[in-house]
Amino acid sequence: MALLSKAAVLLGKEVRTEFRSRELLSTTIVFVLVVVVVFSFTFDPTTNESRRFGPGLLWMAFLFAASLMLQPCFLREQVNDTLSALRLAVSDPFAIFLAKISANTLFLLLTELLMLPVFAALFNVSFAAQLPGILLTFFLGSLGISVVGTALAVISAQARMRELLLPLLLLPLLTPILVVSTEVTIRLMQPEPYMEWKGIGLMAGFDVVFLTVLWLFGEYLLEE
Amino acid sequence: MPAAPVRSIGLQFDQVDKRYGAVYALRNLTLSIAAGECMAIAGRNGSGKTTLLRVAAQLVRPTRGSISFCGGTGHPKPQIGFVGHSTMVYDELTAAENLIFFAKLQGVAEAKTWADELLREVGLEDRKDSLVRTFSRGMRQRVAIARALLAQPSLLLFDEPATGLDAESNAWLTEHVRKLRDTRCTILMSLHGESPMARLATRAVRLEGGSVIADTQRGAMFQSIFAAAGC
Amino acid sequence: MTKRVLFGVLAIGLVACAAYASFYVAPEERTMGAIQKIFYFHASTAWAGETTFFVCFLANLLYIWKRKPQFDWLGVTCAEVGAACITVVLITGPIWARPVWGIWWTWDARLTSTFVLWILYICYLLLRTLVDEPDRRALMCALFGVFAFIDVPIVFGAIRWWRTQHPAPVIMGGPGSGLEPTMKAVFFFNVLAMHLFAAFLIVERYFLEKTKHDVELLRQEAEAR
Repeated sequence: MALLSKAAVLLGKEVRTEFRSRELLSTTIVFVLVVVVVFSFTFDPTTNESRRFGPGLLWMAFLFAASLMLQPCFLREQVNDTLSALRLAVSDPFAIFLAKISANTLFLLLTELLMLPVFAALFNVSFAAQLPGILLTFFLGSLGISVVGTALAVISAQARMRELLLPLLLLPLLTPILVVSTEVTIRLMQPEPYMEWKGIGLMAGFDVVFLTVLWLFGEYLLEE
Repeated sequence: MPAAPVRSIGLQFDQVDKRYGAVYALRNLTLSIAAGECMAIAGRNGSGKTTLLRVAAQLVRPTRGSISFCGGTGHPKPQIGFVGHSTMVYDELTAAENLIFFAKLQGVAEAKTWADELLREVGLEDRKDSLVRTFSRGMRQRVAIARALLAQPSLLLFDEPATGLDAESNAWLTEHVRKLRDTRCTILMSLHGESPMARLATRAVRLEGGSVIADTQRGAMFQSIFAAAGC
Repeated sequence: MTKRVLFGVLAIGLVACAAYASFYVAPEERTMGAIQKIFYFHASTAWAGETTFFVCFLANLLYIWKRKPQFDWLGVTCAEVGAACITVVLITGPIWARPVWGIWWTWDARLTSTFVLWILYICYLLLRTLVDEPDRRALMCALFGVFAFIDVPIVFGAIRWWRTQHPAPVIMGGPGSGLEPTMKAVFFFNVLAMHLFAAFLIVERYFLEKTKHDVELLRQEAEAR
């Protein structure tokens, strides 16, 4: 399909640009680390408590990091008005969104996967046995964050106080992702871990609903 | 220059308004541009030249009225090349990477070969693997023009393309626009004052307050259109 | 103008009647006593708030489609009135909870979801102050409003599922659940009164927004000269 092939070309550019400078990834990873360390001062991380509070703190760190990481997503395109060039080159603006969402999901996932062993070591918990489940949870959660975050990045790029506005708009909208992904992750970290499929379904539903909304309304977001 | 003949298109502005709050960037603009025409647009700063071009490129949605295209391949979205105030290329990619990226995006066959040829055409063959960030203003403008020509557009839009260019780059640009005009590509270019580039135009209009106030097609004198623009 | 005044008088009058009915017509609840009567006000205001948010959603969709400023004015008006209704809900809930349960707040499903709903619409109103150009502001807010409204049922669903994992005290039974006939009648009368009062506030706020817009246009035209 033309839409997917154009999105793939755009995604290639996003990934190439980021891996050339690595500035976004490196600052995001360090930020998550800082948040995890700072949060760990707020409770005594025994193994039981780590299992109860750890996933929540981890997902909060990811959410905060994402709300900063998503800022440059469309701001970058304003520098040389490359967004106009993209809009001229693609007939369906959804291709631009698909590419940005895929790139953001990828970068978020990379950050999460790099943080996972660090978190496991700092809090003496093990993920190894439940890695597929963890990966699925991280993927669906990151996708949800990216879909909504990318759309809101367009809105905040056109407003004042955009550095504060994006997290402000993003975090309440992502309440379902935070709540559900934390629960699913807690279940996977228990001594007798199990996969909470209803939660997975809720996250997948969230992702599908907002992707559809973006598909329907995305062109208006990019309109001048 | 492109091997295949360019299928030029005409466009029609029909009572177009573009309002930002209470300010009218374009006001009741009605303009017919024939296929293959090379039109110069003159006017002071804030007269609506940039908005007119961006509406023609379908980057800006009019508040009222519509624009339509005629001729060309019949595709609802014609191939449009746009050279604006900004370069519309990525500083963190090389000239070649930029062109290959945009070529692939627009579905151009043999993107790499075509990008190399265009870079040779605009005189940047030696610098094709340098980051655009390291280019001078004149060189960036050449990359921008190469980018605009990638998909062999039916309509070319230039928004004050000579801004910030030295005499040599200006001469190069004028020559290029002449070649494009001779391929019967429809060209709209907004210009500050009379210049060799302006003299390439087959028609000139002057904008003020978002409306056309003089048109050589309706008897206005070419010199008066640019003289009155007062830039 | 007279019609608006009459409507206002009707709406306020109905609210007064509904208050009277809540205190003097509805019987006292067996276990909780008089404090239970705040439920009529609390739940009916919640329903009015939710209806208002639905109208806001429709106004947002209509603006995206038609681009008429009137739909933008309706959208911001409904968002403000809705946010005011939910503020009342979030205040009356704890006022009821404190004497009955001994706690001001609990993170039960309904209260938590309502709190998130309230925050979403406060964000909508904040966004309006941060985009300068009027048409851009209207479009961006309409789009955010669509996102927010579609998110609301997902928020309710997710938090309710979360609460099944971690049960907590439920503040107030569902409206109409276990209500005897007189109570039900008083409740629905309150619902009607609060809806009409919300409609009155919407009408007045809408005309205020229209006047603001007209004044701003005149100011810009004067500056342009």
